Amino acid sequence: MEYVKTADNGRPDMRVNIGSLQLENPVMTASGTFGYAREFENLMNLHRLGAVIVKGISLHPRQGNPPPRIVETACGMLNAIGLQNVGVDRFIAEKMNYLAGLNVPVIVNILGDSIAEYEEITVRLQGVPGVAGIEVNISCPNVKKGGVAFGTDPKMAASVTAAVKARSKVPVMVKLSPNVSDIGAVALAVQDGGADSVSLINTLIGMAIDLKTRKPALANVIGGLSGPAIKPVALRMVYEVAKKVSIPIIGIGGIETAEDALEFMLAGATAVQVGTANFINPRASEDVVDGITAYLMKEKLPSIRSIIGQLELS
Amino acid sequence: MSQYQENATVTRIEQLSEKNYRLTFESPMIAAATKPGQFVMIRTSIGKDPLLRRPFSVHQVLNNGLIQIYFKEVGRGTGILGHAKVGEKFSLFGPLGRGFRLSKDKPAIIVGGGLGIAPLLLLLKENCRLKKNCDQDLVILGGRNREEVEPLLTDFKKYGVTVRTSTDDGSLGHHGYVTEILKSIPLVDGCTVYACGPEAMMSRVAGICAEAQIACQVSVESVMACGMGACLGCSRPDNTGSYTHVCLNGPVFDAEKLQWNM
Repeated sequence: MEYVKTADNGRPDMRVNIGSLQLENPVMTASGTFGYAREFENLMNLHRLGAVIVKGISLHPRQGNPPPRIVETACGMLNAIGLQNVGVDRFIAEKMNYLAGLNVPVIVNILGDSIAEYEEITVRLQGVPGVAGIEVNISCPNVKKGGVAFGTDPKMAASVTAAVKARSKVPVMVKLSPNVSDIGAVALAVQDGGADSVSLINTLIGMAIDLKTRKPALANVIGGLSGPAIKPVALRMVYEVAKKVSIPIIGIGGIETAEDALEFMLAGATAVQVGTANFINPRASEDVVDGITAYLMKEKLPSIRSIIGQLELS
Repeated sequence: MSQYQENATVTRIEQLSEKNYRLTFESPMIAAATKPGQFVMIRTSIGKDPLLRRPFSVHQVLNNGLIQIYFKEVGRGTGILGHAKVGEKFSLFGPLGRGFRLSKDKPAIIVGGGLGIAPLLLLLKENCRLKKNCDQDLVILGGRNREEVEPLLTDFKKYGVTVRTSTDDGSLGHHGYVTEILKSIPLVDGCTVYACGPEAMMSRVAGICAEAQIACQVSVESVMACGMGACLGCSRPDNTGSYTHVCLNGPVFDAEKLQWNM
């Protein structure tokens, strides 16, 4: 894909490619932090996003976990929402029409308890107008293999990826779990499985305790940590994965500002996802787009792509 | 339904009792759009800690684009707000949620306990504005002690309604609970009870209303990250065995639609 050096209007070229997926800019919304986008329509200009990644979809509707589901921690939050969603059929019937009308690529995050479930969701999403890509959440437990998360075993991660990839005509992004000892190995396995890109990191498993009641702060006892607290871990993992894989990387973890996003891109990310920040500032992702543009103009850089992987180690 | 992010200036701080504060913000867009029972999310820090906004029901909307919140200092977020200075700015996001459904012609019984009194003042104001007079309506306010209840009485009484009080320690009004007052009065057909307070209180109010077969609306509390239906953190069991979300479907619910642990 050839790009002109700057856009016609003289502003920096913000376009990036995630495999065959062409984005107007590198800023996406992270799954589970942006609903089905419509929730934000009066609060920001949705058309200015690089892509929208919607709340994770399972084959059947899920009720989610009992409350309390969230608790704030230092510079972050723990959540145990429990993957509450309307299920793939209702998602297609009720949510996709609106999403397809947006002028941005829509990437559908999918999750399942078995490879067959991932396959079935993928099949049902094929040919649905507006679905530009699939993000595979491999952090959920494989019920058939005794609850081990797909994302923690490179072989299983590769199998899920290959299964989805075999049934998808749209690009497949695989979202990696940070709760592993060697994320590079999982990333490589996923690349070998045929992934078009990897996104990382999902939340870090954590816990909070209420000393007064001596109970866990979350009804689910443990939950996923997100927010600025996890950014250093996420940056390190993007940096490590960038050394291992050749497919594009999408950086996620505590990104609130353009500076955060640019750091991830220096570490090797082609694009980023804004997550928890959407809860605090519904306009956060648009602010990141503006901030990156301003940075490129200030640094007199014609294209965002000149930043990717340009970390200076010495 | 319009929602705004507004950088609101603190114009007044009232410490009403040891830990209870009332803050007034200049927030004209949110003030103009707020209906009784709706809430705002307030960012208490411009940094990363505390990270999340805090939900507060709107206590009062005044002229000149002013809104008030009434809260107790319980943690870091409320601590920052309690020690705010006049002129300080905070990011407000709102108005959010579904508020109270008001009736022009049916008698209202408004029941508040402790900090749950917060949304009821705006409710009373709008209730009395809609009706020619609200002398058929009743307000029952309760708290742990006189210090907690008394500072708010003038604001409620100025609308001309009967206000009855209770305190846990008997230092003001009935010695006991607001629910005991509610139980002791005749609940006429067609009246609506509006309640906000501790969970046990609302559960009891819901039970009394169910027994008397009268309408009951409750404003419930929940932790939440976003306040607008994105995080799905504020789940609450409903009467169908599923979950509802406080931020979108509430915070005001018909009591019968929720599951109560009675």
